[in-house]
Amino acid sequence: MTATAREGVQAPLAAWRGFRGRPWRDRIDVRVFIQANYTPYEGDAAFLSGPTARTRAIWEKVSALFPEERRKGILDADTAIPSTITSHRPGWIDRERELIVGLQTDAPLKRAIMPNGGLRMVENGLRAYGYTPDPFVTRVFGAYRKTHNEGVFDAYTPEMRRARKAGIITGLPDSYGRGRIIGDYRRVALYGTDRLAEAKRAERAALDALPSTMEVIRDREELAEQIKALGELAQMAASYGCDVTRPAATAHEAVQWLYLGFLAAVKEQNGAAMSLGRTSTFLDVYFARDLAEGRIDEARAQELIDDFVIKLRIVRFLRTPEYDALFSGDPTWVTESIGGLGDDGRPLVTRTSFRFLQTLYNLGPAPEPNLTVLWSPRLPAGFKRFCAQLSVDTSSIQYESDELMRPVTGDDTAIACCVSAMAVGKQMQFFGARVNLAKALLYAVNGGRDEMTGDQVAPAAPALTGDTLDYDELSAAYDRTLEWLAGLYVNTLNVIHAMHDKYAYERLEMALHDHPAHRTMACGIAGLSVAADSLSAVKHAQVHVIRDASGLAVDYRVEGDFPAYGNNDDRADALAVDLVRSFMDKVRRHPAYRDAEHTQSVLTITSNVVYGRHTGNTPDGRRAGQPFAPGANPMNGRDRHGMAASALSVAKIPYDCARDGISLTSTITPEGLGHVPSERADNLTGLLDAYTASGGFHMNVNVLDRAVLEDAMEHPEKYPQLTIRVSGYAVNFVRLTREQQLDVISRTFHGAP
Amino acid sequence: MSTDRAAHTGRAVSTPTSRIAATGRAGADDRAAVTGRIHSWDLSTGVDGPGTRFVLFLSGCPLRCLYCANPDTWHMRDGHLMTVDEVMAEIERYRPFITAAGGGVTLTGGEPLLQPAFTAEVFRRCRELGLHTALDTSGLLGTRADDMLLGDTGLVLLDIKSFDVGTYRRLTGGGLAPTLSFAARLDRLSVPVWIRYVLVPGWTDDKAAIEGLAEFLSALGCVERVEVLPFHKLGAAKYDALGIPFPLRDTPVPGAALVSRVLRQFRAHGLRAY
Repeated sequence: MTATAREGVQAPLAAWRGFRGRPWRDRIDVRVFIQANYTPYEGDAAFLSGPTARTRAIWEKVSALFPEERRKGILDADTAIPSTITSHRPGWIDRERELIVGLQTDAPLKRAIMPNGGLRMVENGLRAYGYTPDPFVTRVFGAYRKTHNEGVFDAYTPEMRRARKAGIITGLPDSYGRGRIIGDYRRVALYGTDRLAEAKRAERAALDALPSTMEVIRDREELAEQIKALGELAQMAASYGCDVTRPAATAHEAVQWLYLGFLAAVKEQNGAAMSLGRTSTFLDVYFARDLAEGRIDEARAQELIDDFVIKLRIVRFLRTPEYDALFSGDPTWVTESIGGLGDDGRPLVTRTSFRFLQTLYNLGPAPEPNLTVLWSPRLPAGFKRFCAQLSVDTSSIQYESDELMRPVTGDDTAIACCVSAMAVGKQMQFFGARVNLAKALLYAVNGGRDEMTGDQVAPAAPALTGDTLDYDELSAAYDRTLEWLAGLYVNTLNVIHAMHDKYAYERLEMALHDHPAHRTMACGIAGLSVAADSLSAVKHAQVHVIRDASGLAVDYRVEGDFPAYGNNDDRADALAVDLVRSFMDKVRRHPAYRDAEHTQSVLTITSNVVYGRHTGNTPDGRRAGQPFAPGANPMNGRDRHGMAASALSVAKIPYDCARDGISLTSTITPEGLGHVPSERADNLTGLLDAYTASGGFHMNVNVLDRAVLEDAMEHPEKYPQLTIRVSGYAVNFVRLTREQQLDVISRTFHGAP
Repeated sequence: MSTDRAAHTGRAVSTPTSRIAATGRAGADDRAAVTGRIHSWDLSTGVDGPGTRFVLFLSGCPLRCLYCANPDTWHMRDGHLMTVDEVMAEIERYRPFITAAGGGVTLTGGEPLLQPAFTAEVFRRCRELGLHTALDTSGLLGTRADDMLLGDTGLVLLDIKSFDVGTYRRLTGGGLAPTLSFAARLDRLSVPVWIRYVLVPGWTDDKAAIEGLAEFLSALGCVERVEVLPFHKLGAAKYDALGIPFPLRDTPVPGAALVSRVLRQFRAHGLRAY
């Protein structure tokens, strides 16, 4: 042990040549390393290189597989070998020319099965695409090895099942990997797996003297699994000829080591979101050193990032068509967070931040990796302008407020999935999907009966009986319904995450966290604008109730005008704010598994379409089945005073009551950003500065003409790379279902045609 | 919302749903505060002056341009009565935003110079707050803007509908001369001007007329840019709603080739045209 540690001190000397600072050498601390060694870049994009012939050749080779994949749903699948870090032989796109190596299976785009999360998801996924599940796999995971999915359903109560079936609690990660955990993959490059394993052994040894309570036993077992996973990572890397037991010694190795760490995670987990973290400025330290040493030039530096990003673009999971319909296409949420400021006020923008963004030009727009800029008005002007220009040109970037996150999660924060801020390597979340606030309002009217089925889902309560809805009466009933819902929700999540830890633990991702990690219970709400507008209608207009023969309220007739959320009108916006605040308070009252800190998001991803389909007529005049607005967006078409007024309404939702993120998707026509094309990037920069300064948390920016989208619906073959931002991430427009495409087109386009 | 654009340049403003709610306070104000007739307000980016701006649409216009996208702003009597205080309270809610976004306040309509006292007072108050001001006008009523008002005006968006006197009258119902003398006065006062030129096939695409306009403008040092705005028909639905015929319903929108020809003409005279 001691001898190994001494060797560990010797080995990095060459790899760490020229690096400054001490504390990161003595303990695992990537943030301190970055702060001691990075060089902020305050210039513009002029230094960047275009794609090399090699990059083009690789990208064309893999792009050529996309049409067939789109046609068949999946290109290929390995039905027989459940994926582990070491399960598959190495694979390549183009062995001679690839710079960054490593695939999830032995061939590009070939999907692996991961039955630990749930056997049914695997089998349904395979059958949907014409594959026969392997009988041996079925036997092992049916008879010998319990899955997360089976564990959850063993512990669900009948009430939980009813709520899930009715869709009042929905999108729960109970049949597949929960995801949204970011391993600090940078650690693999900086320290090598030997040193990381040594640190893990020390963390485990610290538990030896503690009494063997259930909690301590679980911690010891998890740490043992983490150490094994690090060994498997080294073994998998060796199959590609890489020795990741030692630190990376060059920029090429740093990118490669970091990617292999991420690759091990996506070989082990089919998580709902498998985010990358915040890697560009870390990697820049290596690029700057190699450039100074004359080892690489700018073209090579860009090539390495381009090749890395190609790999991130082809991460694939086997999922069911229903799952893909819910989330629009085939998302993996390989989110990379770029920019932001350090606690000392220096921008965390480097040349490699630019190089990551440059991939959108070099390889063309794409939904993955999910490039996320941590925005602050204090970022360097050249960087802001480059980001805004990329948004205008590609609609492929999302923005999140560095000013809101930094004080809470620090200056090494990365986004998990869409909008969830995590201190990298120190914090993880229990992903909790969301509850349907609009449906809950209808339950309040109907005494807990579902408006679509008439089933009693919530505890029976007196239904509201008046011909018109009374605001005070409705508010009181709604509050009781939400009280019930919050309790049921947290308890349901507790079941899910206890079982996920037990049967589908993220060994490798957690090996790249400190022990113990801070945990959050990430609850969420959907249908915020529908609920707020419904309350506003009841408060400011007359809402008549239409009931069926059984007395179930099934429709509403609104008489008179009412202020709608999304116009910077406090009469409506305050209702939305109150809902967010009050539901957060209710959630906090219920103990969370492993003492997790309760948070919530206002985020729907694209499931706003599906939630809308499962929700009846609402008192705001929305028809049954009509999609909700995505995330925290105002209802489509009800925000009438332009993008800024709409954004200001959303900015009122307090981050303190929605620490898991508040999503706003804005679509603006090019002309809506200015008559003069060359001024649009600056105008967008101004909007983002102003939104951030006003307390806005997140903004997806699409700069699109409606006509382009309509043409893409009719001629998808012309737009293989058309990317749009939807509620926290990006999708290929042509991969959306027709219903989702129509939803996107029907959204408010802020413009000035 | 999406389709909103200023009247004389084809900027269709919102339907009455977006109007500022009448507060009823104006009538009770015994200090005889200056009031204005307001159609609505909106926030726009890069199309009503620089940056993201609070755009106030005033009611009432002396012209009847055939391509007008906002027939609902023609009559002052249709507007809501608002005091300057009320308008400033609305602007105040957006001040941090438009300041951070590098924008300001634009008065448009309608024709703001139909209500010069109100316009002057709003601009004076904006200037006190350090907000950039832009006046969107046809210039027909330029003489009603006194030097004080123009002193508080950071930018004039001057809509010149045509440089041919006959065409101007047929197109707008008014005369061209007041607009041109207003332009000359703005030049003398060194008020920055962006010219807006709505390009309507068969009406304002005449080569010689554009040459004349370009030559006239190139002699004015105050003209910072010329914006060529392609005619569109987004206001057609409003005519239907108001039950009046839209005269240019069958006029085509200009093609890209025509737009670039006109841009080249302006640029040939050393003007920055977009």
